[in-house]
Amino acid sequence: MSEQLKHFVDWLMQPTLYFALSVVALVAVLKFRAISTKKSVIIGFFVLGTAFFAWAWSDPNFNKIITKPDNVPIVILLATVIFFSWLSLHRGYINDERKKKGLPTLEGELGKQKVFTWPDLVYTELICMVLFTALLVIWSIKIGAPIEEPAAQARTPNPSKAPWYFLGLQELLVYFDPWIAGVLLPSFIIVGLCAIPYIDVNPKGNGYYTFEERPFAISFFWVGFLLFWVSFVILGTFLRGPNWSFFGPFEYWDLHKLEPMVNIDLSTYFWFDLLGRPKAPSDPLLRELPGIVLLLGYFAVLPVLLQKPLMAKLFDGKREHIVRYHLMMHLLLWFGLIPIKMLLRWTIDLKYIVGIPEWFFNV
Amino acid sequence: MGKLFDSIRNTQLWKSVFRHGYPDTPRNRTLAVLSNFFLHLHPVKVRRSGIQLSYTWCMGGLTFFLFLIETITGLLLMFYYRPTAELAYQDIFALREHVPIGIMRELHRWSAHMMVITVWLHMYRVFLTGSYKPPREFNWNVGVILLVLTLLLSFTGYLLPWDQLAVWAITVGSNMARATPFLGHEGPGASLISFGGLNFIHAGDDVRFGLLAGRFVGEGALLRFYVLHCVGIPLAAATLMAIHFWRVRKDGGISGPL
Repeated sequence: MSEQLKHFVDWLMQPTLYFALSVVALVAVLKFRAISTKKSVIIGFFVLGTAFFAWAWSDPNFNKIITKPDNVPIVILLATVIFFSWLSLHRGYINDERKKKGLPTLEGELGKQKVFTWPDLVYTELICMVLFTALLVIWSIKIGAPIEEPAAQARTPNPSKAPWYFLGLQELLVYFDPWIAGVLLPSFIIVGLCAIPYIDVNPKGNGYYTFEERPFAISFFWVGFLLFWVSFVILGTFLRGPNWSFFGPFEYWDLHKLEPMVNIDLSTYFWFDLLGRPKAPSDPLLRELPGIVLLLGYFAVLPVLLQKPLMAKLFDGKREHIVRYHLMMHLLLWFGLIPIKMLLRWTIDLKYIVGIPEWFFNV
Repeated sequence: MGKLFDSIRNTQLWKSVFRHGYPDTPRNRTLAVLSNFFLHLHPVKVRRSGIQLSYTWCMGGLTFFLFLIETITGLLLMFYYRPTAELAYQDIFALREHVPIGIMRELHRWSAHMMVITVWLHMYRVFLTGSYKPPREFNWNVGVILLVLTLLLSFTGYLLPWDQLAVWAITVGSNMARATPFLGHEGPGASLISFGGLNFIHAGDDVRFGLLAGRFVGEGALLRFYVLHCVGIPLAAATLMAIHFWRVRKDGGISGPL
């Protein structure tokens, strides 16, 4: 029974299912807020989660990956992110319900009162600092900082992993070349974060938790932060082993596990399978024309086509927001490329939409 | 006992430091905040909603606190660490072997990991409460840069133990720079930057080379990362933090409903 359950969990955690289930869970939590924001839901979740950990602890492979010193913070990250996501939605739901009844928000009600910084704020800060110091000291006594063999250029460890907070980006290397996964996407994340206050013109939800007043903004950030950042960090840390192959949490990290790479370029599909040509054109631009046309359509034509309905929905159809709209669309389309490429890889083994290795230009 | 404290509070020495009585009256509570250099970051009075833990999660404050822990433990570690390829690993190893119940390196490493988490959660909270909206747009931007600096601080520090874990993590991370468009020797467009058939961008002068001071993670990279980790990035982060906190006050304090 125990072994079967382990196999089932391993099977459940493979990237395709892991991702699909995360999407379903996220939509369900946001959609059925009346249920998901109940206190019993989060308590139940943490009880079940702790029970799972306690059960899985005795498994040597699970134990090895969880107790690796540098992986401890990721367990903390998982627990805190889930708790605080729930807390924000919980408070948002209460506020939304209060507003429907004509009551002020929780923050609005309390915000009328002002209290002295000394003692109310400084004591909270002091207690937080003392508790955090205690936590860090106990953690430091219990678990030693890792030190491996001395650095050696000739011996490459397998797997070689970046620091844990960059493993989401390393995971993207499965689907994209380094110039996109390691340079363009991180740059767009930073630019995109900076642009948020200038793109979001919705004046509501400033200084209190809510969902119904900013459904698009909150859903987008949940998808971006929870689904594509935190959950990819967890995938890259716990579920990727030698050769960046997938390993379930209870699976032994076998150095010889090979996942055959049979990925095919879009141009190959076009010239061989669709047109039945024996040979693709030698000129790279002509060869990759179908992919280039698709990308141009995606980045240049799609924003124009969607301009009217989306402008009306997000910017009240005001012409003055046209620059905001196109900036937002450009950033969103780059972001959208990630799930699109993932789905194409999983369904038709697509390698590159445009693949010009001669110029290091592979998308 | 109370008498003893009273007599201490009445000495010239005490009064020269603290210019107010015990903070149990509105006047003294105001003075406690106003006349203390560290506390005067705060306003005298705050909205009750703004100091609720379930509203702020205390994550920004904890991030700053962790930065202070990092500064103190990092300073102590610098006494025992020499950033050269011959000595770096030895020094870190000796720290573990020769110092009984030494936890400075542990405190430094675990606090660094926690700081990454708290800074993410702080950003998450600020987003979810819409606190980036006017008038706080600029401070959100300062925060984004501080978040990037936190990651860079952690990244540069990751190399310093100079063991296999460190060197290969930085190798994997910095390999990305090779593929920078135009500026990395394996990036798209790099071959366009040439003159008379001569390529300007190659493995010996691209951005990765500039980052690592070499073609691989070697001694040059160690020194470069050490200086950035101990001096460069902390200075930049401290400056931006000062601006960040100052702007919180100028933009109306901890956010709340308008």
